[in-house]
Order: sequence, then structure tokens, then C-alpha cells
Amino acid sequence: MSDRITLQVARYRPEKASEPFVQSYDVPCPRDWVILDGLNYVKDRLDGTLSYRWSCRMGICGSCGMMVNGEPKLTCATFLSEYGSGPIRVEPLRNFPVIRDLIVDIGDFMRKLVKVKPWIVRPPTEDERPISDGEYRQTPQELDEFKQFSMCINCMLCYAACPIYGLDPNFIGPAAIALAQRYNLDSRDAGSGERMEILSEHEGIWGCTFVGECTKVCPKHVDPAGAIQRYKLTSALATMKSFFAPRGA
Amino acid sequence: MAAPFHYTDYHPQWLRPKMSTYWWLTRRSYVAFIAREISSVFIGWAVAFLLLLVRAIGQGADAYGQFLAWAATTPVLVMNVVSLLFIVFHAVTWFNLAPAALVVHVGGRKLPGILIAASNYAAFVFASALIAWLLFG
Amino acid sequence: MLKRHPEPFLWLLFSAGGVAGALLIPIILVLFGLAFPLGWLPSPEFGRLSALVTHPLTRLALFVACALSLVHAAHRLRYTLYDGLQIQHLNELLAIGCYGGALIGTIAAAYVLLTV
Repeated sequence: MSDRITLQVARYRPEKASEPFVQSYDVPCPRDWVILDGLNYVKDRLDGTLSYRWSCRMGICGSCGMMVNGEPKLTCATFLSEYGSGPIRVEPLRNFPVIRDLIVDIGDFMRKLVKVKPWIVRPPTEDERPISDGEYRQTPQELDEFKQFSMCINCMLCYAACPIYGLDPNFIGPAAIALAQRYNLDSRDAGSGERMEILSEHEGIWGCTFVGECTKVCPKHVDPAGAIQRYKLTSALATMKSFFAPRGA
Repeated sequence: MAAPFHYTDYHPQWLRPKMSTYWWLTRRSYVAFIAREISSVFIGWAVAFLLLLVRAIGQGADAYGQFLAWAATTPVLVMNVVSLLFIVFHAVTWFNLAPAALVVHVGGRKLPGILIAASNYAAFVFASALIAWLLFG
Repeated sequence: MLKRHPEPFLWLLFSAGGVAGALLIPIILVLFGLAFPLGWLPSPEFGRLSALVTHPLTRLALFVACALSLVHAAHRLRYTLYDGLQIQHLNELLAIGCYGGALIGTIAAAYVLLTV
């Protein structure tokens, strides 16, 4: 195993040139280094103009998602040693517009996330139990229902993997639906009706054709594909109910 | 004193690479996905084949014999073998993915996904056995 | 009040068709497409086949299975063409073509199964 490896990094400097290009950097490759360490080495010692996002460097903030040899990965969780003698291609996250170098615009996802109301929606205050009655409780089984979907770190690797999102940027996308489900399935939440409107549009859950790539690349094992299929069934049955028994439902 | 800061109108041009028409060839899992979806065409063929079979039976023993002879010709055989492969691929992927959509609770607990998948396979065996029994008695 | 659009309904039909096709088609293709034509297994005698096929329950079961499988195939093909060939602008045309084809197939199935 050599002690150096080549990173072929996609560059895009719109203020200098309108075409993207690839720049190669030779970085050390200790056993415990991840791609992010390599990029930090480049920025510190080789080329300070390289731009990229990172923060926690431990797989919880979701900032450092990039394409590594064509696969969406968290660069803080992907070891250089996985790639043998290299070279390793590092490109910005697919299916998002590139602002500069490895930085993509995530505004689309942020706007979609707000639309699905990713917070606990409670019934009106007058319908809540008085405080003197004590706290609401949630059993471990009820927690189990949504816990997996709460692990999402908004890293958007799923959006990079989803071909449907690449083909139609109006598609609401895997993480947004998984997060909506995290709240729909939470026993403390009363907002599934409010979320159904946005999710039931043609670019909501119905755009998904269950490719399943999102689940494959998720670093937190959220299984957004499963969340979406489950919601398709829930929503379809609810629509049937409202169709056949609009007032009684 | 520092000069007052001015925002310029300059906004860098974002790069938006267009998705290639051959996007589905770029990853093995995308190819498998499209193959799974293309099984729909072969389901269409299978339905047509079934209807031709039923019509032949309705026209009498001779017509049925001719149908079987036609089914034994190479192009039809090849089509049926290919269709069978694609439809089995559809069935297997369908049964394996069914637990994603079908979350069943029994007595407050979720049934493990493998049970849902297994019951789909069991239904397949049962349906096939039923049809075989109806035909052979 | 949900905006009324056909997607949930089509998806339920698609799912039912997927199950129907997966359960029924393999055995039929194996027997009538391979085993009987190639002589691996002797075909059931014609009288039995005829009685089976003309039975009203069989006609109904076959009709439902065919109709659902056709809708399943149409729905899947529609989305595959829409995504695979990137022809979103032809969405309406594609939908009419695919589901229309399924409708024609269903009518043909009804005709065959009623007149057999």
C-alpha cells in the first residue's frame, strides 16, 4: 500500500471560466485518513482555492456529502484506504446545481423540507389535557414506529442517488418524505392530514417508482424508500376512504 | 474607517449538468431497475398468450392442438422463456419489496418484514399448486 | 379535502395487478408455454380444459387477473418511458397511450372470456 494517493477533484470557478475542469492532487494516505482529511490537506498545503463544505467530521451534521468515484458518500466517513492505489474521483453531489468546486446549492431541498412540516403538530390548545393531568406518555413500541426515520441528518445523499429527482427536480424527494413520515408515525403528532396535501401531489410520493437507491446510499440507514412505499399505501387507502365515505370518514 | 460595503449584481453562474438519456446504464442498480420495469412489456405478452390459449380451447380440440404446436415454434418458445425470466424477476423483486409497503401490526407489535415476504412466496406456491390441481386433478 | 387526481387509485390497481401477475403468470407460462408444447408433461385432456375454461368462476378469475395485470403493465410502462426516455412533456399522451392500451386489452379479454 503506497503512502500517497491521487485525488482527482472536480473544479468549477465561474468567476474565472465557464467550464468545469478536473484538478489532480497528490495527498498522503495514512490508514486512518478519510476523503475529508485528504481535502483538508489539499486546502491547507496544496491549493487554498479549493472550496467544499464540512463541519462535524464525524457523520452527524450531513454537510460533507460528495460523489466519490461516482457514489454518493459522506467524505468524513469514507476511508482513502478503501480505494487501493487510487486515483479517487471527488465530484460535487449529483442532481444539485453546482455553485463552485464541490459546493452545491441545497435551497431546493430546504424549501421542500419546510413544506412537509417537519415538526410535531398538536391539536388546538383547548383540546389538550390540562397540565395537572400529568404528561403524555409514549411507549417504546410507539417510539419504534418512527425512530428509524428520525435518524436522517439531511445529508442529501439520497437525492444524489435518486434518478427520479435527477430527471424531475420538482419531485419532493426521499428525505423530505421520510421526514414527513417521521412525524406522521409519531404518536404525539396530529398533523398527518396537513401533510397529506403536499405529499399527495403528482410530484409528491407518486413520482417515486421505488428504484430503492436512496435506501442503499443512506449513511444512517433511514430507509426512505420504505417510508415512501408505506405512505403510498396509507395515502391511497385514505383517498379511497374519502372517496367512498366523504362525510363518514 | 473601512469603506461602506456594496453588494454587486454579480451572481456566479451555477453549473447544472443535464442528465444523460443513458442515465439508466450508468449504474448496475439502475440497469436492474429498468429491467424490472421492462418486465411490464412481457406481462402484456403473457396476457395476450393466455387469451390466445383460452380462445383456442373455445374453438375445439383441433384448435387447441394447433395452439400447442404454435407454442412449440422457436420464436414463440424464445418469447415465452424470456417472458418467464422477466416475470419471475418481477415476482421475486415484488415479494422481497412488499414488506416496505405492507407494515402489519399484530397486538401492538410490528410483524418482521421477512414474514410478509415469506407469506407472499407461500401465496405463490399455493396459487401455482391450485392451478396445477385444477388442471391435473 | 384532497385534490382529486387518479394517482392513488392507479397505484392500488398497479399493486393488485403486480400481485395477480406474479402469482398466476409463471405457472401458466411454464405449463402452456413450455411443458405441454414441448411434451415434458402430457397436456390435460381437452374435455377437462374446456369444462374448466368455460366455468363462470374461471372466466371471472381470468378476467380479473388479466385486467389487473394489464393495468399493472400499463402503469409501469408509462413511468418507465416517462423517466427512462425523459419525455415529461408528453405526459398526457403517454398516459392515454398506456392506459388506453390496457383498456383495449381488457375489452379484448372480456370478449374472449365471454365468447369462449
